[in-house]
Amino acid sequence: MSTKRWSKRWLALAVPAGMLVGVGGVTFHYAAGFSYLSNDPRACANCHIMNDEFDSWRKGPHHATATCNDCHVPPHFPGKYLAKARNGYHHSVAFTLQPPMPDAPGAKRFFQEPIRIRETNSQVLQDNCLHCHGDFLHDVVRGSTWADNAIRCVQCHRGVGHGAMR
Amino acid sequence: MENGTRKRGALAYALVALGAAIGAAGIAVLLINIFERKQEAKNPFLRLVDVTENDVDPAKWGVNWPREYDGYLRTSEPTRTKYGGGLVGPEGTLPPEKAQRDPWLTRVFAGYLFAVDYRDRRGHAFMLQDQEITKRNVPSEAKQSGNCLHCHGSIMPLYRKLGREALPSASEREQVQKGLQRVSEMSYWDAHKLLAQTTNGAHPVSCVDCHDPKTMELRVTRPAFMTGIQKLAASSASVPHLPSIERWRRGDRSKPYDPNTDGSRQEMRSFVCGQCHVEYYCGKDATLFFPWDEGLKVEQIEHHYDNLQLKGHRFKDWIHAETGMELLKAQHPEFELWSQGIHARSGVACADCHMPYKREGALKVSEHWVRSPLLEVNRSCETCHPYPDEEIRSRVEAIQDRHFALLTRSGQAATSMLDAIDAVRKPYDERNRELAEAKAREALAKDAAFAKLDLQGQQKKLQTEIKANLLAMWRAIVEKDPSLKELGELQRAAQWRLDFVAAENSMGFHAPQEMARILGEAIDLSRQAEVKAVALQGRLPAPANGEKQ
Repeated sequence: MSTKRWSKRWLALAVPAGMLVGVGGVTFHYAAGFSYLSNDPRACANCHIMNDEFDSWRKGPHHATATCNDCHVPPHFPGKYLAKARNGYHHSVAFTLQPPMPDAPGAKRFFQEPIRIRETNSQVLQDNCLHCHGDFLHDVVRGSTWADNAIRCVQCHRGVGHGAMR
Repeated sequence: MENGTRKRGALAYALVALGAAIGAAGIAVLLINIFERKQEAKNPFLRLVDVTENDVDPAKWGVNWPREYDGYLRTSEPTRTKYGGGLVGPEGTLPPEKAQRDPWLTRVFAGYLFAVDYRDRRGHAFMLQDQEITKRNVPSEAKQSGNCLHCHGSIMPLYRKLGREALPSASEREQVQKGLQRVSEMSYWDAHKLLAQTTNGAHPVSCVDCHDPKTMELRVTRPAFMTGIQKLAASSASVPHLPSIERWRRGDRSKPYDPNTDGSRQEMRSFVCGQCHVEYYCGKDATLFFPWDEGLKVEQIEHHYDNLQLKGHRFKDWIHAETGMELLKAQHPEFELWSQGIHARSGVACADCHMPYKREGALKVSEHWVRSPLLEVNRSCETCHPYPDEEIRSRVEAIQDRHFALLTRSGQAATSMLDAIDAVRKPYDERNRELAEAKAREALAKDAAFAKLDLQGQQKKLQTEIKANLLAMWRAIVEKDPSLKELGELQRAAQWRLDFVAAENSMGFHAPQEMARILGEAIDLSRQAEVKAVALQGRLPAPANGEKQ
């Protein structure tokens, strides 16, 4: 077992691995991958899916006080980044694999339109409403927030984040 | 041994290379996908050919806007909902006659062309063809004027051309109105021929009719809509769902209301549809007009018609063959009834539900396959109403089922009214028949053309003439006798309301409460007419020969 043979093996692994990291890095940079770690709401519209939500948030009542992350991911480490990772994965898979003509006969859709919030994220959203407004509202919402049949803030206050998309 | 190790080593290299290749390929595909989406977002369309005001052929526009054109083409596909579209056959087959489901229609329209042929709707792609194969518009009978082409054809180049010839120095708006008037004076088939010459083949309404070819902005082109909406703006009718009109009214009114400059983008998304999906009069004796001078509600339009004189006679669409009363026919007042509903009041435009936005890659496209929102409730309704498809559909159908029940009841009331008025008229006709026949024979004896007809033709002509004489005698007594005249007014008002709702294409959905109110009035008026007619049945007016000669 000579040092020569080891270096050959390493070389054989290192070259393709390096190329992958290189191409992958360029792709990551091109897709503005690091922006997803930020709080900038423009990042959420990177892939164009959230254009309507982004546009209407800019005109919405919360735009001066809350960005996407303030409502849609937990406020602190590590929950915040776990939520980003989980949603990032689901979004990437769905939006990349969605056929360009989702209406074509036989096309397999990876997500349905209009997009809807999932239960886990809905709970995050509700918790975030109370994160800011809870002190004033704890008499009103006690318990009702976590029960299965809870009425959530946004069921009535629908336009507070982003409104109807027209 | 040395050999085996080398082989294993080579295999390991190959596997690493393969893994790297698959990984690289995956990343490359992802990179391309991201690149494509970014490009799409940058260039929503590519103007490959130049389009102008005179390009009525949508195929040319389709080169630049293939996604919208694809949708437009799909309007040729048959679709159906619970109440709309009838039984769907293969593409190109005609939908059934409306009277198959609602037999009362044939009675209500007796003596009018809608009793001959009145079918369920097809898609936009068929609008011109449907107007040319209907039995209401047979070439040899020449019963329709060029007015129809205002909406069935892409006719603006012809209007402009005729207008320029007639009024070379007038504004474009006046020229277009003049063009409309010129075409209204032609027979349908002459106008069609001229249109085909002008635009190199006649096309159904297409891209240029709603879009500015330079900017793609929505715009209104149809002169009858321009005139109609200007009159509506100038009236005092309440239109809270059209804020730009209310804004214009508060201004100095130095210029007439112009939807293309005063209307908001959201209003335009309804106005372009309101160019055709409205109540209008398109008869041979007038230039096409929308009756919005007093407002958009059923009684405001009725009041306008009732006070309108056409060639020295109170406005009417036709004389009912059974009762001999002068009646009104409603077209398809979708815009008017949408205006009375909660969606209009909430600022929801026609296009929001009938042409909802969809996503193709990174692009947001307005669906140009214009169709019933029930066929894609997810895009049409759920953007605002976040409930499952089934829930939405059943909510709409609950409204439509109730509406259909009331509509059917209203149709039955109208039929009973006709029976009762017929029973007043029939004995009167019987007593006049001898005189009517004598008059007819006398008149025909002087007619040289009559003598040349064969026996069958002569019989037919004689019967027509007798019928006309009987009608004239009946009309004379109706004009004189206040109780008969009142019957006529009741029938006119009842049928106008019934038809205003029945001709509208939404089975009650566009304004459920308003339409129920109108049908309630229709039922009430029909039954009032029936009660009064029954009371008159024993008390016949004096026959015509008693008064004349």
